[in-house]
Amino acid sequence: MKQVFAIFRREFTAYFATPVAYVFIVIFLLAMGAFTFYVGHFYDNGNANLGVFFGYHPWLYLFLVPAVGMRLWAEESRIGTMELLLTLPVPVWASVVGKWLAAWAFTGVALALTFPIWLTVNYLGNPDNGVIVAGYLGSLLMAGAYLAISAAISATTSNQVIAFVVSVVVCFLFTISGAPLVLDVFQAWAPVVLVNTISGFSFLTHFQAISSGVIDLRDLIFFGSLIALFLLVNVVLVDLKKAN
Amino acid sequence: MIVIEKLTRNFGPIAAVTGIDLSVAKGEVLGFLGPNGAGKSTTMKMIAGYLTPTSGRVSICGHDVETDTIAAQVSLGYLPEGAPAYGDMTPRHFLNFIAQVRGFSGKEAKRHAAEAAARTELEPVLDQPIETLSKGFKRRVGLAQAILHDPPVLVMDEPTDGLDPNQKHSVRRLIRSMAPEKAIIISTHLLEEVEAICTRAVIIDKGRIVADGTPASLLARSRHHNAVTLSLPARQADAATASLRRQPGVAAVEETARNGDLVTLTAYPKANELIIERISQLVTFEHWDVRELYAEAGRLDEVFRAITTPDAQRARERAAA
Repeated sequence: MKQVFAIFRREFTAYFATPVAYVFIVIFLLAMGAFTFYVGHFYDNGNANLGVFFGYHPWLYLFLVPAVGMRLWAEESRIGTMELLLTLPVPVWASVVGKWLAAWAFTGVALALTFPIWLTVNYLGNPDNGVIVAGYLGSLLMAGAYLAISAAISATTSNQVIAFVVSVVVCFLFTISGAPLVLDVFQAWAPVVLVNTISGFSFLTHFQAISSGVIDLRDLIFFGSLIALFLLVNVVLVDLKKAN
Repeated sequence: MIVIEKLTRNFGPIAAVTGIDLSVAKGEVLGFLGPNGAGKSTTMKMIAGYLTPTSGRVSICGHDVETDTIAAQVSLGYLPEGAPAYGDMTPRHFLNFIAQVRGFSGKEAKRHAAEAAARTELEPVLDQPIETLSKGFKRRVGLAQAILHDPPVLVMDEPTDGLDPNQKHSVRRLIRSMAPEKAIIISTHLLEEVEAICTRAVIIDKGRIVADGTPASLLARSRHHNAVTLSLPARQADAATASLRRQPGVAAVEETARNGDLVTLTAYPKANELIIERISQLVTFEHWDVRELYAEAGRLDEVFRAITTPDAQRARERAAA
């Protein structure tokens, strides 16, 4: 655990060691604001809730979260510190978890900085704050899942650009796996069970459920197990690097 | 402390390391030599647990590197090729991080980090980002990281690469001071380094060990081992050459340099002959005006070339067949 914390701390401070973190946070907040107010017409809707705000999260995360996760392993491979990290007496899982936690915490910081919109909606009306808390919780969980995917993909390459592009594509497939674009490919030939399973992987469906204020254990388990699965994949991929 | 058995590693169809057997005891400083691409780094990566061997095994202090990786890595200090480090960190933070990852906490971590920094003379740059440091300092950050937990086994891939002569000297002094308590493997291209700090030299070529002995025993294989070199005026050179050739024990005499009026001759001995005494008597007897007269210990670079060039390779293959 001590080692997970040491790795976590190193990775977390690494985000802030360069201007990248600040650039990222600013873009994150600007994008959130732009989508909520200009695309989503937050004021014109006249609703005292953050449904519009949370509605854009999956789509923003699609690009912003892979940008946070792409460096986690690819950079280590590129500058050679992978060799250092893997020859320290640290189990691979501890590095994987430490890195992912650091990236997640960083995303959490960015997400927490959207608090003015919460204040705004409370100033303008009487929103159901329980629903908003659920929305933030769901958003954070979803970011964690996107990150787990991005981190695992980052471990397959030493090129951050490749890690980013592939992560965006994979995350996109997970986001819309309930949409016809994905399901049509399978519907023609696959058994109904498989099609239903695939559509069950949709981030959109699970996130919408949570952010509407219904915290169903199944949605939590969905994101939790998806994170666990991709962290496991990450461990396997790093181990495979040794064999290669 | 380090036991390597039949270690083999293939990269696809290429065999990088083929059946290396080696064991290194406490107090030994083993110099790992070989041409580029001979398999030095690959072997060291396998010792450190970064690469999985295709077959064979490595154990460190009794712990198998493949099955008991963490325990083996606890006993190991490893400097990877190129001394990689996190460029955005300062040496202070970096060494602290390494100490924490190695299980030291709080004050103890700081103490170990500070000690390692002191031993590698890093104090002047402790608070500058590593990416802004000179090559010599970067290398020493890597060294500090490797010795931080005072490990019984040290494996260092080119520890003095990129250092200036003074820094090389201090790093060698550091390695020598640690040697009695540890088993150390260093790889190097610098043959003088092997003579300076190693108690044992292993030369590998094309993934196999082709020589293993003390630096002195390798030097003894050199044509220059116990050869005598003397410089004298050109007018005496021909007579001297002829006279040297007639000496018993002398296998050959060559003119090795000519600088103005000064000619340098080298007399090579027959196997196991000592000719310096006889030649020095001859010099006195003949009244040659010698400027220099010395016996050579042998030249490691010559032995290295003789063992690792394609000709040597073919000779070995013929001998094996």
